[in-house]
Amino acid sequence: MSAFTTVLSRDWLLSETPASRAQAAWVRRYRGWLQFRANGLAMVGLATVAVMIVASLAAPLLAWQNPSAQDLAGRLAWPSAAHWFGTDELGRDIFSRILYGGRITLGMVVAVVALVAPIGLAVGSVAGYLGGIVDRVLMRVTDVFLAFPRLVLALAFVAALKPGITSAIIAIALTAWPPYARLARAETMTVRNTDFIAAVRLAGASAPRIILRHIVPLCLSSVIVRVTLDMSGIILTAAALGFLGMGAQPPMPEWGTMIAASRAYILEQWWVPTIPGVAIFAVSLAFNLLGDGMRDVLDPRQR
Amino acid sequence: MTGHRLRQALASLASVPVTLFGLVLVTFLIGRAMPIDPVIAIAGDHAPPDVIARVRLEMGLDQPLPVQFWIYLRNLLHGDLGHSVMTSRAVTEDIARFFPATLELATTAMIVAVLLGVPLGVVAAWRQGSRFDHVVRVFSLAGQSVPVFVLGLVCLLVFYAKLGIAPGTGQLDVAYEGLVPHITGMLVLDAALDGDWDEFWDAAAHLVQPAAVLAYFSMAYITRMTRAFMIEALSGEYIVTARAKGLSASRILWRHAFGNITVRLVTVLALAYAGLLEGAVITETVFSWPGIGLYLTGSLLNADMNAVLGATLVIGLVYLVLNLLSDLAYSLLDPRVR
Repeated sequence: MSAFTTVLSRDWLLSETPASRAQAAWVRRYRGWLQFRANGLAMVGLATVAVMIVASLAAPLLAWQNPSAQDLAGRLAWPSAAHWFGTDELGRDIFSRILYGGRITLGMVVAVVALVAPIGLAVGSVAGYLGGIVDRVLMRVTDVFLAFPRLVLALAFVAALKPGITSAIIAIALTAWPPYARLARAETMTVRNTDFIAAVRLAGASAPRIILRHIVPLCLSSVIVRVTLDMSGIILTAAALGFLGMGAQPPMPEWGTMIAASRAYILEQWWVPTIPGVAIFAVSLAFNLLGDGMRDVLDPRQR
Repeated sequence: MTGHRLRQALASLASVPVTLFGLVLVTFLIGRAMPIDPVIAIAGDHAPPDVIARVRLEMGLDQPLPVQFWIYLRNLLHGDLGHSVMTSRAVTEDIARFFPATLELATTAMIVAVLLGVPLGVVAAWRQGSRFDHVVRVFSLAGQSVPVFVLGLVCLLVFYAKLGIAPGTGQLDVAYEGLVPHITGMLVLDAALDGDWDEFWDAAAHLVQPAAVLAYFSMAYITRMTRAFMIEALSGEYIVTARAKGLSASRILWRHAFGNITVRLVTVLALAYAGLLEGAVITETVFSWPGIGLYLTGSLLNADMNAVLGATLVIGLVYLVLNLLSDLAYSLLDPRVR
């Protein structure tokens, strides 16, 4: 039997007596997956997120119309074969704009998470491991950033920088990291005094090595759950910034910005602002369902 | 009360000045980083150079940054947040004028959210895994996923435009504009105090939509937390004992299990109320509700710095107080906190 089919066999994945550390890890992952798969809602979330990612990446192939090509004669059109979701106030194809808008939303989310997770992990694990004055100072700073409602602080930051996508990403990141720091700190505190950390320390490992190699990996699973559940919050904040004119700027096809631009038509051509709204809702709900299912698997304490 | 708990409460109180200082510092730094020249914002685009120089001197902008911060802090302690360019009034005066509307909106939303969210969460936990539980779960996840501004716009479309059963945006019909005396600043309350029931019903009708939209937003959170707490409480051994004693289901549920989660629930409600402030910013924009959120976004679009910073600071302050109350309630009331 080749190594490939060995890995794929259910017996190997469900083995009660794994032969290697790698196999044990795969058994654990496979069991988690089975548990996750049994949750129908979580699978719907996973599928929707997958479709969104593929659709955004393949936007140039799927959108057969130029998302910025205007056609003032055919503006505010009802959905048709030529324009699946109709056209907006400048006669642009809404379907294409939704697809390209998905790229912007996805890009912003990835950028925010890429900034936030490492910062939060670093602050939290250092504060939790070192304790004392370092812990006190870092947690005070965290408290200050937690003392603002997220959207309000983000709005003020964007105003200080300059409305636009980059500012929006930085502003959201600046407001999103504190919960990660708290989470990582709490996780670190629970393992800090365990025997295996003491053993590593006795073996002569330095503090940075202990934090990076032994503590951070243990914080990861709760951080991943938190990230997934946070996705919808990030998407909603980004869209709200766009809606308030402080995020992505027109003519960019960002969903919140699209709603702001076509808001005046809600009473007559209601589908024009509603379709991007449905897109935001669907993606954000999908991430919430996915995160909910992942929490059940990865973090049984919080069920 | 044990000394330990008192100490813990004092500790959370002691952290307030530090957080408050940080709050002010962050707001100040944001203000200094803004791309708008505050001198030109006050003196105007076409002011002669000597006027600009004088204003700069008066505002203390020639001083080093720490000195400027000291001036800002001193003014703040005297209740001076500067003047708004947009309304040409003192920012504090503006905030006093706009804040009651937000309070009215957020409080109404909170009451609705608690009255619906808590029972839903309790029943969902009691019947964990049932169809009802699943419906509640999806319903509350949807509430956490829907953008408030989209929900607001759709409500206006359906209830105002299509069905015609709800009034449009604003706090009051144009016909009643200016007729309600300014007592508390909360129109529904003021109209009732004034004894004018036509105005009262109009104001109340205008409140329904934005309050409902906002309530859904926080109800989702309250329901989820109530459910989680209840599930934990119901798995306790004292519940088994209560059942063995043959107590009725409703008594076990409300008296024994629910009684045990009330303190934790209070902390959640304080946080939910704080979260409403954030939702209010967007809801007010959609419904043209003249509260602090509308003031904030309006000032942002007009690059009205003092107003933006003042509103941010005040919202941050309210948020801080609510968080503190949540902490205090937890450490003072819950006998399990040691």
